[in-house]
Amino acid sequence: MDAAAEQKYNFDVVRWFTVMAVVYLVVGALVGVYIAAELAWPILNFDIPYITFGRLRPLHTNAVIFAFGGCALMATSYYSVQRTCGVRLWSDKLAWFVFIGWNLIIVSAVITLPLGLTSGKEYAELEWPIDLLIAVVWLAYSFNFIMTLATRKSSHIYVSNWFFLGMMVMITYLHVVNSLAIPVSLFRSYSVFSGVQDAMIQWWWGHNAVGFYLTAGFLGIMYYFVPKQAGRPVYSYGLSVIHFWALMFGYVWLGAHHLHYTALPDWTGSLGAAISLAMIIPSWGGAVNGMMTLSGAWDKLRTDYVLRFLIMSLAFYAMSTFEGPVMSLKTVNALSHYTDWTVGHVHAGALGWVAMVAIGAIYHMMTRTFHTEMWSLKLINAHFWTATIGAVIYIVSMWVSGIMQGLMWRAYDEYGTLAYTFAESVEAMHPYYAMRAVGGAIFLLGAMMMLINVLMTVTKASSEGSLQQARTAAATA
Amino acid sequence: MANENQSVGLQEKTEKNIWLLLILVALALSVGGLVEIVPLFTMKSTMEHNAAPELIWQRQAGQALRDHKPGDGMRPYSALELAGRDIYLREGCYTCHSQMVRPFRDEKERYGHYSLASESMYDHPFQWGSKRTGPDFARLGGKYSDDWHRKHLRAPRSVVPESVMPNYPWLKDNSVEGKDMEARFKAMRLVGVPYTDEDIDVANAELAGKTEEDAMVAYLQVLGTMAKLDENKVYRE
Repeated sequence: MDAAAEQKYNFDVVRWFTVMAVVYLVVGALVGVYIAAELAWPILNFDIPYITFGRLRPLHTNAVIFAFGGCALMATSYYSVQRTCGVRLWSDKLAWFVFIGWNLIIVSAVITLPLGLTSGKEYAELEWPIDLLIAVVWLAYSFNFIMTLATRKSSHIYVSNWFFLGMMVMITYLHVVNSLAIPVSLFRSYSVFSGVQDAMIQWWWGHNAVGFYLTAGFLGIMYYFVPKQAGRPVYSYGLSVIHFWALMFGYVWLGAHHLHYTALPDWTGSLGAAISLAMIIPSWGGAVNGMMTLSGAWDKLRTDYVLRFLIMSLAFYAMSTFEGPVMSLKTVNALSHYTDWTVGHVHAGALGWVAMVAIGAIYHMMTRTFHTEMWSLKLINAHFWTATIGAVIYIVSMWVSGIMQGLMWRAYDEYGTLAYTFAESVEAMHPYYAMRAVGGAIFLLGAMMMLINVLMTVTKASSEGSLQQARTAAATA
Repeated sequence: MANENQSVGLQEKTEKNIWLLLILVALALSVGGLVEIVPLFTMKSTMEHNAAPELIWQRQAGQALRDHKPGDGMRPYSALELAGRDIYLREGCYTCHSQMVRPFRDEKERYGHYSLASESMYDHPFQWGSKRTGPDFARLGGKYSDDWHRKHLRAPRSVVPESVMPNYPWLKDNSVEGKDMEARFKAMRLVGVPYTDEDIDVANAELAGKTEEDAMVAYLQVLGTMAKLDENKVYRE
C-alpha cells in the first residue's frame, strides 16, 4: 500500500517541504525568543544594526508565517490533494519550481530584512522584487494544486481542498493589492496608497493573512489530518459546508477591527466588528467538527501523541476564535489595542493553533512518506508538553502585561491627572517580558526536539532502507 | 424544504466541479474587501480636509517647501524629513511606536488632539502602527529639543532609564549626503504627493553635510506640527 502510494504520488517534494518546515520552525522561533529577550534586556541589541529589535521583528514574523507556515501548507496541501484525488500532482516540474522558488524567497528575506530593506508595511515588509517573486511562485503553487483537482479520480472534491483553494485565491488578491508600490530603486519602493486607505488595505491584508493563510489553510490541514490520524470520518458534513462558506464570505471583513477609534471612518470599523462577532459561530462550528471527529475514539488520545497535538490545536483554535471577536468589540479594543494583549492573542493562534496542527500533520506525514516509524515517540510526547506549556506561559504573561498596560495608560490619580508616565508602564512590563521570553524558549526547546526527531527519522529511513524499498517495490509491482 | 434541496444541489454541483467552486469562492472572497475599501477612496467624508480645507497648506505659486510655517497645514515632507522617514522605516520603528492618537481623555492628555485621516494623507506607506511598546509619535514634534532627541537616539537609557529601546549610535556616523532624493520625490509624486518641479530640483542639495541622525530628528520634529487643529471643532463624528 505504502509502496504503491510512493510510486503513484509525488512524495519527494512533500518530504522536502516537510523537513524544511521543521527547520524554519526552529529558525523562526529562535529569532522570536531572541527579540523577546531584547525587550526584557535591551543590552542584547549590542549596538549592532542588523540584530536590533526593529529589524529582527519583521524577520521573525516573516520566518514563522511564510517560511514555517508556508512550507507546512505546501507540504500538507500537496500531500493531501494527491491522496484525496487519487492522482499524482499535475506537474512535478512545477512543484519543484515552487519548492525552489519559495525557499529562494525565504533566503532573500533572511538577507534583506536585517539589512533594513523593507517596504515598512507590517507583515508585508519584503521589497518589490521579492514581492514579484512571491506572486509568481504563489500562482505556480495554486495552479498546480487546481490542475491536480481538475484531473482527480474521485467524483467529489474533498473538504480539505476547498479550504486550501480558498486560501490560494484570497492570498492572491491580498498580496497583489497590498503590495502595489512604485519602485524608486532595486530595494526601495513607496506604497501607491497612503494614510487611511493604506491602513485599511494593510489590515485587510494583515487580518486575512491570519484568516486565510493561517486559518483557512490550516483548517484544510485539520480536515484532512484529524480524520486520518483518528481513523474516523469528519463528524458532520453539513457543519463543514457551513464552516467553509461562512468563513470564505465573513473573514474578509474583519480587518477593519484593527483600526477602531483611529482615523478610519466609524462605519468601516463597526462593520468589521459586527462580522467579527458573528464569526464565532462558524469558527466554533469548525472546532467542534474537528473535535467531535474523535467521538467514540477519545481513548486514542492516551496513546496517540500526534493526535494530542491535533486536538490541543483545536482547543487553542476555539479559545483564540472566541478571544478575537471579544477583542474586536470597541469597548474591549479601547483597552487592548496597542498593548501586549494583541501579541498574546496572535501567539495563542500561532503557537497554539497554527503550529500545533501543523506539527501534528508533519509527524503524520513523516511516517507516511518515509515509510517508517518516528525515531522516538518519547520525544514527540516531550515535544507536546513543552509546546503546550511554553505556549500557555507566553499567552498568560501577555494577558497580564497587556491588560496592565491598558489600565496604567488610562489610570488617573485623585487629582484628576494621569497616574503613570509612559516610562513607568514600560518598567512595569519587565517581569512579564522576561516570563514571555522563558515561555518562548520552552516552546523553542520543543521545536528543537522535533527537528532532531525528524532528522533522525530521515537517517533511520535511509539506514533501514525503508524509503528505498518502497520505491523499488513499487517499481516491480 | 424545496429551497434546502436546491441549495444542497448547488453545493453538490460545486463539489464536483473545480471551476464552479473556484468562481464561487473567488466571488465570495471579493465582497468584504470591495465594500470596506472602495468607499474610502470615493466618500468625501473620509478625509476631513474636504470639510475643513485649512488642514492642508494652501501653497502659492513659487513658494518653496521651506516657506511653510508650522500650523499652515499638511504639506509634503522636505527632503531631509523624507530621508529621516525612510530611516524610520528601515529601523522598523513602527514595530514599537504608533502614530495614531485615539479620541480618549487619557490619550489627549498624554499625546494631544486625536489624529485625523488628512494628517497622514502624504504618508506612503502609512505608519499608524499597531503596538505601543514605546509611546505614540503622532504629535511628537516640538515636545523635546533636538538635543534631547540626539541623546535619546544614541543612548535612550541615558535620558529615560526605564526605556527598552535599542541604541542607535550609527545614525550620527552615517551620512545621508548623496542619497537620491530626487528619485524618491519623483516616485512620491507618481503616487499623488504634490511635489513641484522646483522641490525636486533642490531635493538632493538639502542633504549636504547631513547625517542620518539629522534626518531622523528632522522627521521626528515635524510629526504633528504641520496642521494646527482647533480644539473646539468637531472634525469627525
